[in-house]
Amino acid sequence: MSVLSRGFGRARTRPADDRLPPGQYDVGNSFPVLSAGPTPHTPLARWDFGIDDEGGELRRWSWEEFQALPREAVTVDIHCVTKWSKFDTRWEGVAIDTLLRDVPTTASHVLASCDGGYTTNMPLPDLVNGRAWVVDTFEGQPLAPEHGGPARLLVPHLYFWKSAKWLRRLTLAHHDQPGFWETFGYHIYGDPWREQRYSGD
Amino acid sequence: MTDPVTLDPIAARRLDGNAAGGILAEVFAVDVTAARSRCAGCGATSMLGAHHVYADAPAMVLRCPSCTGMVLRVGMREGRILLDLSGSRLLEIPMPASSGGGPATEDDGELG
Repeated sequence: MSVLSRGFGRARTRPADDRLPPGQYDVGNSFPVLSAGPTPHTPLARWDFGIDDEGGELRRWSWEEFQALPREAVTVDIHCVTKWSKFDTRWEGVAIDTLLRDVPTTASHVLASCDGGYTTNMPLPDLVNGRAWVVDTFEGQPLAPEHGGPARLLVPHLYFWKSAKWLRRLTLAHHDQPGFWETFGYHIYGDPWREQRYSGD
Repeated sequence: MTDPVTLDPIAARRLDGNAAGGILAEVFAVDVTAARSRCAGCGATSMLGAHHVYADAPAMVLRCPSCTGMVLRVGMREGRILLDLSGSRLLEIPMPASSGGGPATEDDGELG
């Protein structure tokens, strides 16, 4: 009964590394899939991505419109709260800065909502100034459904549960509304460098 | 029609509700995998043992076999068990035969 999540073997243990947050290990080439529900398979013809606020929809992009937006390629380290980290992951997508360009807002927080009902929350400043993207490509290939395709949020400076798979909406708000894991005792913010795994950490 | 289960690694790793029997036995005095749960989302009733379990996530997540809505989350952390039953509107738990009788009878709930 000591573990709930079935284990992923530690591929290798590196010596302490200044890229490895406290309590994490380097998972190497594997990419564990930790899913709390079935994989949604939303057809691209029905997929859209929107930004809204308490007043309703502000912007919306169809898949074709999303593909036409200016794109960025990023290489980042990611850190899962279940203690694996993965270095130098390569993604492509659209910066949140680009998506918010024409959205004037005084909001302080964002709730990300996804196909399948998953949600996660974060302060708005954590999504801007080149720190977060909506990505649809991983290692040069369309993002696989089990890793969040068609498109997922990528917020690499927070624990990876914040990088919501199957992203469909960002809701701007003036308060912080706890999401799926945040309502189950996980940390409201989730900074891996401060090891903010659980509320109270 | 292609069976998505054979293609989807998440679906392939899905378990049935009996997989949650171990940790739930830490909380409940009886085996709740035989309990019937009414889904707060869609209203369908089925045995917890027949629910879908996703065990790879940071907690064990039980989902309704009818609508896939979340029914129950259970996890352990720092010597405590966390149990979220918000997705179950009603849990009907069979009483063990040895503990039947007692002060509460089936008639107690009747109106009039």
